Amino acid sequence: MKKAIVFKNVRKNFKQLKAVDGISMSIEQGEFFGLLGPNGAGKSTLINMMAGLVRPSHGSISVMGFDVNKDYQKARHSVGIVPQELVFDPFFNVREMLRFQAGYFGKDKSNDRWVDEIIERLDLADKASTNMRMLSGGMKRRALIAQALVHRPPVIVLDEPTAGVDVELRQRLWGFIKDLNKEGHTIVLTTHYLEEAETLCNRVAMMKSGKIVALNSTKNLLKEFSSKNLKVRLQKNKIQKIATLMKGDSLELEDDWCTFKLKKISDASRIIEKLNVLKIQILDMELIESDLENIFLKLTSKD
Amino acid sequence: MNTTRDQLIGTWTLLKKELLRFWRVAFQTVAAPVISGILYLLIFSQVLGDRLEVYEGVNYLVFLIPGLIMMSLLQNSFSNSSSSLIQAKVMGNIIFLLLTPLSYLQLFFAFLIAAIIRGMFVGICIYLIAIYYVDLPVKYPWFIFMFAFCGGGLMGAFGMIAGIWAHRFDQMAVFGNFVIMPLSMLSGVFYSIHSLPEVWQNISHFNPFFYMIDGFRYGFFGQSDTSPYLSLLIVVSFFIILSFITIRMLKSGYKLRN
Repeated sequence: MKKAIVFKNVRKNFKQLKAVDGISMSIEQGEFFGLLGPNGAGKSTLINMMAGLVRPSHGSISVMGFDVNKDYQKARHSVGIVPQELVFDPFFNVREMLRFQAGYFGKDKSNDRWVDEIIERLDLADKASTNMRMLSGGMKRRALIAQALVHRPPVIVLDEPTAGVDVELRQRLWGFIKDLNKEGHTIVLTTHYLEEAETLCNRVAMMKSGKIVALNSTKNLLKEFSSKNLKVRLQKNKIQKIATLMKGDSLELEDDWCTFKLKKISDASRIIEKLNVLKIQILDMELIESDLENIFLKLTSKD
Repeated sequence: MNTTRDQLIGTWTLLKKELLRFWRVAFQTVAAPVISGILYLLIFSQVLGDRLEVYEGVNYLVFLIPGLIMMSLLQNSFSNSSSSLIQAKVMGNIIFLLLTPLSYLQLFFAFLIAAIIRGMFVGICIYLIAIYYVDLPVKYPWFIFMFAFCGGGLMGAFGMIAGIWAHRFDQMAVFGNFVIMPLSMLSGVFYSIHSLPEVWQNISHFNPFFYMIDGFRYGFFGQSDTSPYLSLLIVVSFFIILSFITIRMLKSGYKLRN
């Protein structure tokens, strides 16, 4: 089976800035793939190169086996992009805009039923005849998603699709995107909401300064970088002595909180017992498990 | 996937959208230039009327009409492609075109034809209003059509170049105010260049607008300041050169895909 997307040693330089610095990876068909990274990491540049909006300085990108530069027409037929910015054409209403977009891909009137179906599924039916200017931000976001789907692309790329979207709409959008994924569409997602990536994505790439710093299944990434910490609040007069008293345990102090890094979960009961023996009263306590956000911060903050 | 049929549908869709775009604001894009043209006619007909004879048997008012039609046609062809591109770039919705499989030639032809149609539409409106009041002869309709088509196309291509190059509205205004307006005003719309001193007559020959207007006018009266064939050759040459530059810009993605 053809790979959905293949990046081969892709570089993009903007004068001295290496926005994307030698990225090679592939995304399988049917995957729900997350592309994460801080602002300026190069995620949007990578997506824009895949969409043909920016030309790579070096390397090649293919979508469904079609090179995005040499065979751009077939490649663009294969991908639908939801841009990050809420852009729209102020002259037209939602239905007109979607029909025009489908027409650019060579779709004639027979595609109108699909356009109406997307309008229904994205709850845009009430606004289908409303000018794009008059839509709320959330509605504009839905219209952008609809626009990316009008030509039935097998690969859908969503660049920060839930930025500025309220919780309810976010949930509904994800429900819709998950359905598309179940129907066989490959989904590539960039997001700042890491819990979304953790819940939705089968595989995740983390970018920093134009490079991939981690690429693995979400499950493996969580396993590989997983850590458990025991955080206890102690009396202020005891907190200074704790480092000497608990020699041998890795710990960090912050105000009246002490965080023990656990090698294994049984270390938690040993630490609590030891504190009891030392007659140090525990005022509060929590067990912290690392999530994708911790891993993300760990990987993207180190130099 | 992307058959010839798909490409035809794609080009037709963009053309249709471009036509609908100017039609949605027809008050600004059609009514306003038509009213401007009619105002020029009213003012000059009152001031000069039939007191001046520019060519043999052609009084000033009749002489003026083809020039005004052509000037409006050229300015509106330029406005159509340039404003569409600069608006799409500033608003960011240009990406809806750039993400599609439309080729640079499809983009070029759709924008070009839309520009010619708008220019011709405005020109025809002025013509229809003018002939209600004035008896305007039509000697060589093919010359009229050829100059209207090539002139509209030339300015449509020039509008695309301006729209691709500019990334702010004030940069676009530079083209309108410092290139299009002076060249069209000094092109012989309001006078025959034979009424100018020799030095200005010579300078006028370096103005491509002069050939577009003079050749167009020849189609009506069968008389012109210079050979209509030379005018046609110059207009067609400029049309080809500007089209070539536009296609190169679209193909390279200059200021669009970066």
